[in-house]
Amino acid sequence: MTLSTTTTAVNFGAVPDETGRFGPYGGKYVPETLMPALDELEEAYLNARVDKAFMAELAHLQHTYVGRPTPLTYARRLSEELGGARIYLKREDLAHSGAHKINNALGQALLMKRKMGKTRIVAETGAGQHGVATATAAALLGIGCIVYMGTVDMERQKPNVFRMQLLGTEVRAVESGSQTLKDAINEAIRDWVTNVESTHYLLGSALGPHPYPAMVRDFQSIIGLEAHSQMQDPAEGGPGRLPDAIVACVGGGSNAIGIFHPFLEEESVRLIGVEAGGHGIEDGAHAARFADPERGRLGVLQGTKSYVLQDGDGQIALTHSISAGLDYASVGPEHAWLRDVGRSEYTYCTDAQTLKGFKALCELEGIIPALESAHAIGYVLELAPQMAEDQVILVNLSGRGDKDLGTVMQTIGGDI
Amino acid sequence: MRGVERIEQVFRKLKKAGVAAFMPYHAMGYPTRQKSLEIIAVLAEAGADLVEFGIPHSDPLADGPTVQTATYAALVGGTTVADCLQMARELRDQGVDTPFCAMSYYNPILAFGEERFANAAAKAGIDGLIVPDLPPGESELLEPACRAAGLATVYMLAPTSTEDRIKSVARHATGFIYLVSVTGITGARAELPPGLPAFVERVRRHTDLPLAVGFGISTGPQAAKVSEIVDGVIVGSALVKAAGSEAGVDAVRSLAEQLAAGSRGG
Repeated sequence: MTLSTTTTAVNFGAVPDETGRFGPYGGKYVPETLMPALDELEEAYLNARVDKAFMAELAHLQHTYVGRPTPLTYARRLSEELGGARIYLKREDLAHSGAHKINNALGQALLMKRKMGKTRIVAETGAGQHGVATATAAALLGIGCIVYMGTVDMERQKPNVFRMQLLGTEVRAVESGSQTLKDAINEAIRDWVTNVESTHYLLGSALGPHPYPAMVRDFQSIIGLEAHSQMQDPAEGGPGRLPDAIVACVGGGSNAIGIFHPFLEEESVRLIGVEAGGHGIEDGAHAARFADPERGRLGVLQGTKSYVLQDGDGQIALTHSISAGLDYASVGPEHAWLRDVGRSEYTYCTDAQTLKGFKALCELEGIIPALESAHAIGYVLELAPQMAEDQVILVNLSGRGDKDLGTVMQTIGGDI
Repeated sequence: MRGVERIEQVFRKLKKAGVAAFMPYHAMGYPTRQKSLEIIAVLAEAGADLVEFGIPHSDPLADGPTVQTATYAALVGGTTVADCLQMARELRDQGVDTPFCAMSYYNPILAFGEERFANAAAKAGIDGLIVPDLPPGESELLEPACRAAGLATVYMLAPTSTEDRIKSVARHATGFIYLVSVTGITGARAELPPGLPAFVERVRRHTDLPLAVGFGISTGPQAAKVSEIVDGVIVGSALVKAAGSEAGVDAVRSLAEQLAAGSRGG
């Protein structure tokens, strides 16, 4: 293993530094109006982290409302079919509201309610999972909520639009730019800049200006913390050992950083992020920031410095993925840093391979995964057979696929 | 003369005359390359003391719908960073000598290369730089590059800015400080915010730099009111809207004349 030599010298606890940087990545690239709001958020968050009453209330809600801990499932038939490593699934699809997004949404909503004296939440959503999670947390805690969503995404994720509305959230259509996640974030930030005195921006991924990447990571790390103990405990369904590899899909990268983070010091565990390969890297219609040497470069988008898909003139590239949640031009800054220091690695899965993963999990395990999570499965279809039967893969099954039925029906054909 | 000195000179001259600077913004490449060149020339003729030279970006998160639409159209029309600098050069060669402050977002500048951009901009006749998503703490590469090239480094302050932020901007800014009149994005508004005088006063305690106010100013009378308490009046969206109207360049000229007169207290 070459990894161990590079990682022993790295202090994973030292990022981000006090300026919000992960090595050269991260930072706070926002209009001046928002700088005090970011400082205030950081202060509230640092305070909450060491506030036992706050952490106890959050833990209580995670247990009694979200349904945590989410189970660990051994994917027996999938493992046997592939004939290699044994595959375990961390079942974030079973968290209330259907995805890991609730971990962060509830954490931030509670933070706002208990520590910040604000009354209104704005959020962006791509696939709608973060929007639904935020609408859920807002309903639970009695907070007014507005979710911005691109009109293209509203069309492909209709059930989630209606879910948010049922939960009492106002969904505002975003018609600017590519009308997807990136544009929804722009609009949410514009709302936040305008109403910053009363409003908290509940950003949904490990992205954006400091302290969001670190705060979202911490709220999502519960995934990895639970999995770390479940894997080693046969009574919890685990193999009684750490995995050899952890695989997670990466859009902004919050489910991936959430499951990776508690394993950073475990040098024997490979950490593999799977980006959206869309129609393929050469085709150009994808969202694989690390895989496209031509357009994936150091850049700044929406408050953070990271790898950004862009043209030679620094204009942000349009992206494509079958899954709205991975359809984004930048990636969380900590992923860029972990990749640089050699701790995590990134690959991609095309739309076509993703659909193979989607069908395999449906037919062999009785689990309909979100198309985002199906990217991780799609890659595992290739990875598992290359590994030995005594090896173990842990997959973060970040969300359930009910919301994607329309897209899948359109793509592979089907009737209800 | 270096760019930053040209900007300082304009404010010194106007201060002596007891009036505020009129500082219009335009999005280069909008509605077309040729028209945007005409518009800058017309703004200069109509009495602009400094022009904010907008370099389009695909994701202008500090801008309202008017500027978003215009910069998007400019990008669709093929406007590039290099061509914006070329346009500045052409205007200088035509004899337009009003100071230019380039205004863009950080990523296009980062992609161009910070030092390379500062040098190319200075060479093209740009005098200063405003980057709304680059506050002083994040500007450790671009700021020295601008200094070396003689460009003013203009930073923004907002009504939400704390004393510490004001002090930090006052330390880093050269040329002038851009005061965002309201918490929000760019765009014309009917009323000026009541808190503006107190905000100006708060900043004034920490700096002798000229203070210019933007965001929301759209009429001559508004400009006149703002000119009573600051050194410069910045108008963007209202002029961009005029540029996109049927009357186009003529509408820009007429509005710019009213705004220039307003800035001079009339």
